[in-house]
Amino acid sequence: MSTSAGITEPRGWFRRVLQANAWLVYAFFYLPIVLLVIYSFSDNRNVGVWGGATLDWYREFANDEPIKTALGNSLKIAAASTTVSVVLGTMAALALERYKFRGRGFFDALLYLPVIIPDVTMAVMMLLFFAEAAKILGFSRGFSTITLSHIAFSISFVSIVVRARLAGTDEKLEEAAMDLYASRWQAFRYVTLPTIMPGVLGGGLLALTLSLDDVVITQFVTGGGWNTLPVYVFGLIRKGVTPLINAVSVVMLVASTVLVGLSLLAQRIRGGEPV
Amino acid sequence: MTNPPPTDWTATSPPVDDAAIAVNLTGITKRFGDVTAVNDIDLQIADGEFFAMLGPSGCGKTTTLRMIAGLEFPTEGSLQIFGVEVGTQPPNKRPVNTVFQNYALFPHLTVRDNVSFGLRMQGTNKREAARRADELIELVQLSGMEKRKPAQLSGGQQQRVALARALVNEPQVLLLDEPLGALDLKLRQEMQTELKSLQRDLGVSFVFVTHDQEEALTMSDRIAVMHEGNLLQVGRAEDLYERPESRFVADFIGQTNLIDATVADADMIVLTNGTKVKAPNPHPAGTSVAMSLRPESIEIGRPGTVPTEYEPTSLPGVVKSVTYLGHALVYDVGVDWIDLEVRTENVPAEQRFTVGDDVAIWWDRHADWVVPNE
Ligand SMILES: Nc1ncnc2c1ncn2[C@@H]1O[C@H](COP(=O)(O)OP(=O)(O)OP(=O)(O)O)[C@@H](O)[C@H]1O
Ligand SMILES: [Mg+2]
Repeated sequence: MSTSAGITEPRGWFRRVLQANAWLVYAFFYLPIVLLVIYSFSDNRNVGVWGGATLDWYREFANDEPIKTALGNSLKIAAASTTVSVVLGTMAALALERYKFRGRGFFDALLYLPVIIPDVTMAVMMLLFFAEAAKILGFSRGFSTITLSHIAFSISFVSIVVRARLAGTDEKLEEAAMDLYASRWQAFRYVTLPTIMPGVLGGGLLALTLSLDDVVITQFVTGGGWNTLPVYVFGLIRKGVTPLINAVSVVMLVASTVLVGLSLLAQRIRGGEPV
Repeated sequence: MTNPPPTDWTATSPPVDDAAIAVNLTGITKRFGDVTAVNDIDLQIADGEFFAMLGPSGCGKTTTLRMIAGLEFPTEGSLQIFGVEVGTQPPNKRPVNTVFQNYALFPHLTVRDNVSFGLRMQGTNKREAARRADELIELVQLSGMEKRKPAQLSGGQQQRVALARALVNEPQVLLLDEPLGALDLKLRQEMQTELKSLQRDLGVSFVFVTHDQEEALTMSDRIAVMHEGNLLQVGRAEDLYERPESRFVADFIGQTNLIDATVADADMIVLTNGTKVKAPNPHPAGTSVAMSLRPESIEIGRPGTVPTEYEPTSLPGVVKSVTYLGHALVYDVGVDWIDLEVRTENVPAEQRFTVGDDVAIWWDRHADWVVPNE
């Protein structure tokens, strides 16, 4: 990031080393991505061998039924889990930030758990839970189990983002609204919600990205032939890597980047228009 | 000063005509857990009155105001607004509006939408609400800024928006919680004048919380002094300044010298050094009291220059320090057992006393005032 005014600029060799380091880090991050993108246009079955430019892999992607099904599944699951986790996550954030109740501290710590614990642990927990639940309720694994587990981890992220936003808004605003004849609901609808909207949007986009990207948990809790795109791609790799995977990855990369970008943007802009 | 009827010397809280009571608190107590924020207070605020609530930090001013607004419900007691019991009514059901301490303007709304908010919530249509909002914006001299967001306004301008936002609803009582606290001195004085004339024009009761006593004294028809959740005294500025009912009020309002004494019999008190002083206000014999003597009511002169009629209320002393204030001089005079502050008009340098001078001080028999020590 930019150097602050008070700190003197490093000089001479030291500065050159710092610069070189920065370039190295960027290269480390982005060279693989560049390669991935380049070879997705390569007219050769073997990744890493350039065979001239082509859009065949993207064409294949567009015509591959299993991939399209998996993509459709991914989108359905992402849409459902995002919607639910945004509502629940926002409510949790409001409860934790605005109301005092018994066990608040405990609930607070609990909410961070999915962020901290490893995906695999979460996945095993989910699997065990669904196995038990299936015995009692008798539902099968698939769309519902994947969506439920995505909701489970997304709620944490949504509520963390929304809380950060809530913490920055004045509680007095709601009181002011009620003093100005707003009911509790109106105060929420016209004052609280617009002020935290950037956080809600940002959290939602984050949830969407997380859901679209998840492999580990989805793989554990899926069933009945339900595949999401990343899980399907993961399966393909076992059969051998072709530039098709590159093409799919590039599409996912672009989509994720756009979503994360939007999420950051949403958190930066101020709340939308009023009443 | 139209509203409060003149007071006699003992009752410093003038009774208010029943029909003209805007806010009536009876036995109001508010507890937060085991903290008693407001303790059993009785208070009547007249219609059209500029009423100030004054007291040190944490004395319960904000809590009292919030109970009137409905943002806090009393633990005990009765709270009426124009005769209607409102104790547990939510804020949106009360004919009062609040100007919050830090304004609490809605950051995502424009000035116009902030001001029209209350009307919109009451169901006024958008055009009518905007029209009336613009009238109020003009009244508080913010025309041309309707489309700005609060963040694009100065502190003083935000203050005006907060005022307009509350007043547009034509409240029967306007509550203001340290509305000028965030402004610098110059702007503060300007706004004091403006608020006062606005209140006079509108004829609405203003309940004004402040911990700045000068602000309270200059602006208000009547003032309530609170201390640790208790309501100590209600009265006009001169009631509080000249006839405080407690040691705390005497000390809190303006500068004063508090000289411990004991009541000999009803109107005679004995100071610690044995000086007997006739008290203007009677107290039961034997009680421990303090004589309050304002620094400006004490005269200072060379020893032996005390006018004969002041002989009984005079003491010899030594100048311990001199503070030059430009328009005034403040002497710290050590008498036999305590130090007293004496304030005089400025005089040419050769007539001033200097540190170490022997002096005599005296005061008019009617200038002192006796307050109970407890
Ligand atoms: N919500 C609350 N929970 C617990 N205690 C509270 C609450 N609100 C106020 N108090 C306590 O009640 C007392 C009175 O508070 P209040 O805010 O009314 O004081 P104040 O006179 O407005 O002070 P200031 O001049 O500092 O604003 C304080 O001791 C305060 O700590
Ligand atoms: Mg306060």
